[in-house]
Amino acid sequence: MRLDGKGLIDRDTPVRFHFDGKAYEGFKGDTVASALLANGVKLMGRSFKYHRPRGVMTAGSEEPNALIQVGAGDAMLPNVRATMQEIFTGLETRSQNRLGPLDRDLMSVNDLLWPWLGAGFYYKTFMWPRAFWEKVYEPTIRRAAGLGRMTKGAPPDDSERAFAFCDVLVIGGGPAGLMAALTAARSGADVILLEDSADLGGRLLSDGEDIDGVPGSIWVQEIRDALEETGRVRIMTRTTATGVYDGLTFGAVERVGSHQSHIEDLPQECFWRIQAGQAVLAAGALERPIAFPMNDRPGIMLASAIRTYVNRYGVTPGENVTLFTTNDEAHKTALELVDAGIKATVLDSRPGVSPRGDYRVIDGAQVIGTKGRRALTGITYRTASGTHDLETDCLGMSGGWNPSVHLICHLGARPVWNDAIHAFVPAENAVKGLHIAGACTGAFSTADALAQGVEAASTALKTLGKRLRKPDIPKASDEAGTTSALWSVEGKGRAWLDFANDVTTKDVRQSAREGFKSVEHMKRYTTQGMAPDQGKSSNIGALAVLADATGRGIPETGTTTYRPPFTPVALGTMAAGAQGKGFAPERLTTSHKAVTARGAPMIEAGLWYRPSYLPAPGESHWRQSCDREVNMVRNAVGVVDVSTLGKIEIMGKDARAFLDFLYTNMFSTLKPGRVRYGLMLREDGHVMDDGTTACLGENHYVMTTTTAAAGQVMAHMEFVSQVLRPDWDVRFVSVTEQWAQFSVAGPRARDLLNGVLNDPISDETFPFMQCGTARIHGIDGRLFRISFSGEHAYEVAVPSTYGDALYRDLVARAEALGGGGYGMEALNVLRIEKGFITHSEIHGRVTAFDTGMQGMLSKKKDFIGKAAATRPGLLEEDRERLIGLRPVGAVKELTAGAHLFEQDAEATRVNDLGYITSVGYSPTLGHFIGLGFLRGGPSRIGHHMKMVDHLRGVTAEVEICDPVFFDPEGGRARG
Amino acid sequence: MANLTAKTAFDGLLPIAKGDVTLSEITFDAITWVAPYQGKAAAVSKALDKQIAAVFPDPNRTTGSGDARAVWTGPGQAFVLGKPLKPITGAAMADQTSAWAACALEGDHAAEVLARLVPIDLRDDTFAVGHAARTVLGHMNCVLMRTGAARYEIMVFRSMASTCAHEIARAMRMVVARADA
Repeated sequence: MRLDGKGLIDRDTPVRFHFDGKAYEGFKGDTVASALLANGVKLMGRSFKYHRPRGVMTAGSEEPNALIQVGAGDAMLPNVRATMQEIFTGLETRSQNRLGPLDRDLMSVNDLLWPWLGAGFYYKTFMWPRAFWEKVYEPTIRRAAGLGRMTKGAPPDDSERAFAFCDVLVIGGGPAGLMAALTAARSGADVILLEDSADLGGRLLSDGEDIDGVPGSIWVQEIRDALEETGRVRIMTRTTATGVYDGLTFGAVERVGSHQSHIEDLPQECFWRIQAGQAVLAAGALERPIAFPMNDRPGIMLASAIRTYVNRYGVTPGENVTLFTTNDEAHKTALELVDAGIKATVLDSRPGVSPRGDYRVIDGAQVIGTKGRRALTGITYRTASGTHDLETDCLGMSGGWNPSVHLICHLGARPVWNDAIHAFVPAENAVKGLHIAGACTGAFSTADALAQGVEAASTALKTLGKRLRKPDIPKASDEAGTTSALWSVEGKGRAWLDFANDVTTKDVRQSAREGFKSVEHMKRYTTQGMAPDQGKSSNIGALAVLADATGRGIPETGTTTYRPPFTPVALGTMAAGAQGKGFAPERLTTSHKAVTARGAPMIEAGLWYRPSYLPAPGESHWRQSCDREVNMVRNAVGVVDVSTLGKIEIMGKDARAFLDFLYTNMFSTLKPGRVRYGLMLREDGHVMDDGTTACLGENHYVMTTTTAAAGQVMAHMEFVSQVLRPDWDVRFVSVTEQWAQFSVAGPRARDLLNGVLNDPISDETFPFMQCGTARIHGIDGRLFRISFSGEHAYEVAVPSTYGDALYRDLVARAEALGGGGYGMEALNVLRIEKGFITHSEIHGRVTAFDTGMQGMLSKKKDFIGKAAATRPGLLEEDRERLIGLRPVGAVKELTAGAHLFEQDAEATRVNDLGYITSVGYSPTLGHFIGLGFLRGGPSRIGHHMKMVDHLRGVTAEVEICDPVFFDPEGGRARG
Repeated sequence: MANLTAKTAFDGLLPIAKGDVTLSEITFDAITWVAPYQGKAAAVSKALDKQIAAVFPDPNRTTGSGDARAVWTGPGQAFVLGKPLKPITGAAMADQTSAWAACALEGDHAAEVLARLVPIDLRDDTFAVGHAARTVLGHMNCVLMRTGAARYEIMVFRSMASTCAHEIARAMRMVVARADA
C-alpha cells in the first residue's frame, strides 16, 4: 500500500510494467519489489527446493527470495533481484522456478516431502544404478530444483568493458562514503565514488534521521552538489564493486541501460576495472534475519527493509505490522510506521524493554510459528507466561547487523569476531591501501560513520602525500543501539537460514551430526550460502547454529571463504565485446580482397587469414581446385601470398655471432646476396622453428620465421639479446608488416618475374639461394630465390602499400602463362611431395635428429640447445623419426593424426609405433602421400604397416618410404 | 611495366564520426625505425636533432612536431614519423612506412572511447600531450600518442587495420550513446 507524503519516488511520473504477464503501475524511482508491494503483491517467487511461496525479504542487493527474470527471448536475464531492478515503461518481468502459475506452482508438492528432502538427500538416495545419476537423476533433479532459466542465444543488447583510474576509490555512497569522497576531493585527489543503488545516501534515504538539522535526503543532495563542485569526483551510481584484486585493482559492474527503456547503442552494463591509488570501503552492514519456525512466508522481511520501503519508496508492506527483534533497530521501524499511521507491535527477545513511542512492546518474546500459505496472516509467540497468537500481515525481523566484510576478505584475509556487537568485523590491514569506514567496521551510529569517513580518507590521503583539507563533520545521531544474540528459536516446524537455497537449522545440525563439522564442509553438504546471494543474510546465522551443534564458539568455527564477485555478474558483461569480430584481431594480408573476390574460403593461421584454395569456374569440390593448383605450379607457374611468415631484420657488428648462436648451422659464412636455410632449437634441444635468413649486406640480415612461430621467435631473440648476450652489439626489428611478399613458383616463374622486374634476371645473375634488392614496376623491393614447392621459385617483396596491386598483377601474368594463384591446400601438397616440414612436424616434441636434420647441428660452434640436443637419449636409433608414407592396400586414403602399427598387431596403445602428421593427395604421383614419425623410422623404409585412425574409423595398409617423394635431387629448384 | 597503385592501410574504412568523436586515417610520408648501437645514443640523438629538429625520445615520450616527430617504441628504439630520414651513422634503421595503420581519434569524448580499449591511465597528469605508450588496444599491440588535449594518435599493425576500426567504432557508438542518454 502506498503511503501519502512519504518516499523519494517521482509521483508525477507513473510507470507501467509487467510482472508474470500482468500490468502494474508504479512510479519513477520504484524498484520492481517496491512497486509490487505498493500494488499489494506479496508473492514474488518460489523457493529453490521446496517451491515454497516467497515474498521480498530485503530492499537491497542481498535479496535471497525475490529473484525474477527480466526481459524476453534471448535478452532474458535470470536471477535479477526485484529489489534492484528499477521499473521503466515496457519492462517485462517474470517469477521463476515454478510449474504453472506462481500462486499454484505444481512443484510445491515438494514441500510436502520436506522430511525426506533434507541435506544430503540426493547423495544418499540416488546411488543405484550408477549410470542413472548422469542420465536420469541429475536431469530430473535439475528440472525440479533451481532458480532462473538459461537462454541459449547471445543477448541482442551488448554490454561494454572499461578501465578507470583514480587517486581514491570510495566504495559505498552512504554517510561514511560521502564524507570520505568529500575529504579526498577537497584535498585535491581524483575520486571515484561507487554506489550500488540508484541514488547516493545509503541508509540516510531509509531512516528518518536528520543530519545537521536537515532531513537525511536533503543533506545527501547538498553533499552531492559539494562533490560535483570540486570537479574531481566521478560519481557512479548503480555500480557495484564486485571484487578486490592485487595492487588495489577493483572490479565493478555498472547498470547503464538495464534500468531504462531501450536506447540504440547504449550498453546494458559496463564491467569496470578500476585501478586506485588508495581506497575507502564504506559498504555498510546487512541486517540479519532470525531463524524461528516457519520464518519464510511472504510478508516476513527485515525490519530495516520495512523502513526503506516506507521512507524511500512510500510503501508499507503491511497494515498491521509486527516486529520481532533482538536489538534496538526494530524500534526505529516501529516509530516510522506509527508516524506513517500504521499499527505496529514489537516483540523484543530481551526482557524489560519498553516502547519509545505509541506502539505496543511485548518483551521477552520469541516467535515460534507463523500462518498463511501465500501471505502471512498471523504468528504464534512465546513469553514467560505461555504461548499466544497474534494476527498480523507483515512481520519485520531483526537479529542484529553484519558488517559487509566481503571485499576486505577477497585477497584471503579472514574477518575477526567482535563479541560486543556479536558480529564479524574486518581484520586490520587486510588489504593494504583499503581503509574501512562506517557500519562495515561495526560502528553503527551515523555520527561514527561520518567521522570514520573523514578519518579513512585522511589516512588514504596521507599515504598519497596530499595536503589534507578536512570538511567539518556534521552533527548526527550517535545512537548505535544495543543488541543481544539470538540465532535460532526452537519450536515446531522448519526454521530457514538460507532462504535462497532452502537450508534450515535442521539441515545444519544434521550436517554436524553426520560429520561435516567444518564450516566449509557444512556449506558444501547443505548448499548453504551457495545461491546467487552467496549467503549474504545466512552465512553468519548458519555458522552460529553449526557452532552450537558442534559445541564450539563462533570465532573457532569461523566463516567460509569470501570470494568475488560480491553480487552475481553476467558472464556476457565480463566478456563484453569479445564475441564475433571482437573475439580476436583479424590479420588480413594485402591480397585479402583479391582472393575473397575470387571466392576463396579462408583458413585461420594464428590470427592471419589465408586462402584455402581459389576455385575456378566449374569446380565444385576443393580437391578439384587443389589438384589443379598443384599441377599449375609443377607445370607452369603459381602465385601465393607468403607475407604472413615472420620477417625480422637484424643489424649490427655482432649480427653474425648472434645468428650463429640462434641457429644450429653456420651463418657467419653467409655472403651478402646469399640465402641459407636454418634450424633453431629451444634450450631443451627440441626444434623451435625453421626458415631462411638472407644476407642483404655487410652486417645486415633478414630472417624469415614460420607464420605460427613469428612472435615466439621474436620474443626468443629479445631474450637472447637482452639476457644471454647483452654484450653483443646487435639490433633487430620485425618487418613482417612492412613487406608484402609473394612466392612465384613453377617452371615459368622467371618468365613471369622478368615481366615485372625493371632489370631482368637469369640463372647466372640470380642463381638458386640468391637474394638482393630489386625494382618491381619501378618500386624498390626485394627478391629471394628460394623454394618451398621444390620448383624453380622466387619470393618477391614490395612495401605493403603496393601489395594488393602487385598480387593482382602477378596473378594476371601467371594466368597468361597457364598458371594462377594458389592457396594453402596446394601449398601443403607441394611441400609434402618435397618432404619439407612445417609445425605439423616440428610440433614441439621433436628434435633435429628426429626430423633427419642432425647434420645441421654444427660441431664447430656453440648454439642454443646444443648441449641438450646431443644427450644420448635424444639421439637413439629407435626414437620416433620422420618418414614418408603411401597407401598400398585396398584403402587408398591416409589421415593425419592416425597411428601406426605392425600389420599383425592389435591397434592398441602398447603396440603404437608412430603417428602421421601431414597428408595430402598428390596429383603429381596419383596417390595419397603422408609424413609421420615412426620408431626407428629410417630403418623401416620399405616395410608395410597398418595405419589406424581410431577417431575417424579408418584403417589402411601403408608402405613406409623416404619423406622426399618428388625430385629428391632438387634439380627443379636449382635449374 | 605497369603502375602499381598504392593503398593506405585502412583503405576506405575511415574516416568515421559519431557524436563529437571522429576517427580518421593518418598517412605519414615515412615511418623509420631508429635504434642506436652501443654507446651511440648521444650521437644518434644529435644527428636526429640535426635532421628533424627533434632529439631521440625518452621512454613513453614523443619529441618534435610539424613535419617529423620521434616516438619511443621500446628500449633503445624509436620511430620517426613524417619526413624520411637520411642514414645516421651509429644507428640501425629500417623502413616501417607500410607496416603500420595509423589513425587519429579526436573529440571531447576521445579519452572515454580509449578507456574502453586501452588499460592505461589516460588522466591529464599521467598521459599529457607529448606522452606516448606501447600498450594494447583491445587485443592488439599498439603505439599510442597524445598529440592534443582531445586528440590521440594510434598505430597498430597494418594487417589489423579492419579490427582496429571495428573496435574503436564500437566503443565510439557506445560512449556517444551514453553521453546522449
